[in-house]
Amino acid sequence: MASVIVMPRLSPTMEEGVLSKWTKKVGDKIMPGDVIAEVETDKANMDFPLEDEGVLLKLLVNEGDTIKLGAPVAILGAAGEDPAQAIAEAGAGQPAAAAPAVEAKKPEAAKPEAAKPEAAKADAPVSSLVTKEPAPGATARILPDPMKPAGNGQTGRVKASPLARKVAEAKGVDLHEVEGSGPGGRVVKRDVEAAAATGATTQLRSVPAPSAPSVPFGPVAEDQLVQPSQMRKTIARRLVEAKREVPHIYLTAEATVDRLLELRTEMNDAGGAKISVNDLVVKALALALRRVPDANVSWTAEGIVRHGRVDIGVAVSLPDGLITPVVRAADQKSLGAVATEVKSLAERARAKKLKPEEFSNGTATVSNLGMYGVKEFVAIINPPESVILAVGTTEKRPIVVEKDGRDEVIIARRMTLTLSCDHRVVDGVLGAQLLSEIVKLLEKPMGLVL
Amino acid sequence: MAYDLAVLGSGPGGYVAAIRAAQLKLKVVVVERAELGGICANWGCIPTKALLRTAELLEHIEHAGDLGIKVEGSVKPDFDKTIARSRQIADRQAKGVEYLFKKNKIDVVRGSGKVVKQAGKIVLTVDGKPIEATNILLATGARPKPLPGIEHDGSAVISYREAMSLKKQPKSIIIIGAGAIGIEFAYFYAAVGTKVTVVEVLPHILPVEDEEVSVALKKTLEKQGMTILTGAKVEKLEKGPPVKVTVGGKVYEADVCLLAAGVRGNVEGIGLEECGIKVDRGFIAVDQKTYRTNVEHIFAIGDVLGPPMLAHKASAEGIACVEGIANHTVHAVDYQAIPGCTYCHPEVASVGLTEAKAKEKGLKYRVGRFPFKASGKAMAASETEGFVKVLVGAEHGELLGAHILGGASTDMVATLTMAMTAELTADEILSTVWAHPTYAEAIKEAVADAYGEAIDI
Repeated sequence: MASVIVMPRLSPTMEEGVLSKWTKKVGDKIMPGDVIAEVETDKANMDFPLEDEGVLLKLLVNEGDTIKLGAPVAILGAAGEDPAQAIAEAGAGQPAAAAPAVEAKKPEAAKPEAAKPEAAKADAPVSSLVTKEPAPGATARILPDPMKPAGNGQTGRVKASPLARKVAEAKGVDLHEVEGSGPGGRVVKRDVEAAAATGATTQLRSVPAPSAPSVPFGPVAEDQLVQPSQMRKTIARRLVEAKREVPHIYLTAEATVDRLLELRTEMNDAGGAKISVNDLVVKALALALRRVPDANVSWTAEGIVRHGRVDIGVAVSLPDGLITPVVRAADQKSLGAVATEVKSLAERARAKKLKPEEFSNGTATVSNLGMYGVKEFVAIINPPESVILAVGTTEKRPIVVEKDGRDEVIIARRMTLTLSCDHRVVDGVLGAQLLSEIVKLLEKPMGLVL
Repeated sequence: MAYDLAVLGSGPGGYVAAIRAAQLKLKVVVVERAELGGICANWGCIPTKALLRTAELLEHIEHAGDLGIKVEGSVKPDFDKTIARSRQIADRQAKGVEYLFKKNKIDVVRGSGKVVKQAGKIVLTVDGKPIEATNILLATGARPKPLPGIEHDGSAVISYREAMSLKKQPKSIIIIGAGAIGIEFAYFYAAVGTKVTVVEVLPHILPVEDEEVSVALKKTLEKQGMTILTGAKVEKLEKGPPVKVTVGGKVYEADVCLLAAGVRGNVEGIGLEECGIKVDRGFIAVDQKTYRTNVEHIFAIGDVLGPPMLAHKASAEGIACVEGIANHTVHAVDYQAIPGCTYCHPEVASVGLTEAKAKEKGLKYRVGRFPFKASGKAMAASETEGFVKVLVGAEHGELLGAHILGGASTDMVATLTMAMTAELTADEILSTVWAHPTYAEAIKEAVADAYGEAIDI
């Protein structure tokens, strides 16, 4: 019998997706694992694979259409079969509510565990670190694994109590993200509250960064109303949330980076992975967090999560937004490894090919606008992280140093760093300790190499 | 014979747990020292409802003239017959439990059970003989709580057990304690013509209920002819006869005194201390989800865990507990939504928070009320006493608590309990079509009233 294929959840926070391209056409024979379309989610362009076998009988949506989770997109069946009945049953073209009426094909992508072997292989070094346990003695609960399929294991409809739905709406929690503890896995109020408290819905690492738009000269002819992309909507929601919920404090310091830049030149001259200033800052932040573990924390309703891992997000600007891929265990990796990883993550971010686990669950973030000549700026924290380091430009500045008991003006290469801290968990002094460790590591860079 | 589960006690906790366990293919044995079915079936819920039915019917007959029924000659309660019928029903209940055990192939061992340490392992013994069982479930229930200086002797000072099996109807009774048990007996005895005095140390009768309900019910009961003293401490009790109870310097006399000042867990004499099973303030301490005690294979449910001490709570815990033991999906107990009922007339039923509790918790809520005076069904049935009161969350409209005083309230509360458990909000309740005319319509109207949108008031 023909069956209706519905839009699957292709990223943890996805609620709808734009079907950007059909990669199969009507009449094509589909084998399990075949990708039938590409879908633009709120995070990335994702492949839409099927785990069923059959012939594509009918496509129900056009390229460019925005489709809600669980809404029918195509009919799969036997060659020559009439798709009409399946369409009728699905109320095809109707919103997601119609989908459960027919046997919905579970898309492969909804089950990350069953990811294709080659994907798993490529992913291995990263994902093996995703589920690292907190340090011994940490009392915090482990944050939910963002790659776990939606609490209800469903794509479209979520089983949730009416009260849970209202609380979710009020708190901005995506019910798909919530693990249900009620009868039959139903999401109830306490689940939504727990999710809101732990920031389980926090996926997009978002910091302000310009997307270097081309500024048109002269007046624009007329105002235009542009529908925001999925990513833009998520950025808007997450940043408003972060600014509203998190009491930010900002600490600014300068570092003399002459020795750092010399070291970088030497390392790059020696061959191997090309290391950027940003890579050095990522590594410095990671090591500093290891030295000041009190700042490697998250505020949650259950208590303060002390992270046992140091995973650093790196803000990457994209043409229509930004994303923050995460370098896992950045404190334990060599500079070369960090550099290679950041490069690969950034490239795949721009190609919208990041996997959800690659931009989730960092413990701190670096946002760098130095290359745009920005002297200094303040960044918005990505909850549930508690700090974000905004890196300004490196330039020659006159500084006063004391030499043989006399003040002397010399020229040094200086970098301005601004640390935003969540004051609920990172007070001024603690933030200052972290920032001073970062400065120390940048000024005496051998610590970054050893 | 090795059992998967041995249950100590066959009350509404133990017998329900045993049957559920048997359904889940566990081999079960139940140990009972007294009647099967426990207090609920033999000396509590059921036999008292039999007495109360008689009382209610008498009250209806008294008012039958209002409904156009001429009752000529004298209508008199037959006390002995009433008690006898109640005892018969209790016996039938116990036989029913026995039948259910047989049907579910559950073995029954009569005698006093006790856990003992044998060769390093804790086992259940009955009168010294061990029962081989992988898991032990303690469901020993509760018994009346004594008051300091007031000793239960079974004749002058009685408990609920004697109160439902007296040989002779007392001319007067003093009831100490105005909880559900005290109030139900007060209603029964007042209805059959005994002079009733109720003494409650707290400021209101039915102290766990919402104050509005307590206040309204007190007025109604006083109208029915009983004396109710609240905020009143018993200063002295002389057994007499007659029994003399001094309250606030004043002496009250009666044929008997019913001590109904609460119950306490049966934690003694079952080997808890010897086996190191943790008891906290007179109740067995367990994990609230698995009902496991501090000893791996020993579980406990029901009254012996502490308040609320209610049959249906014990049953629900029994089911959840054995489902866990059998690795089945657990129907977890929602402790926010355990209904409580008092079967006087008008009945009292409630679920969730009282307004005082909601206030104490600092919750933002709306209150809605609907009086049965405004209900067509209640008017037609001449049951206009009472009201429905609901508390709904100010932000999301969820039910925080519901309180009903009225003729059908103990059945109506089921709807409200389900709404709470399912986390329905005012929206779902108001978009439900409620049959007309019913008492239950008052629920919808009370919720609507919380938003100033009730139709019939």
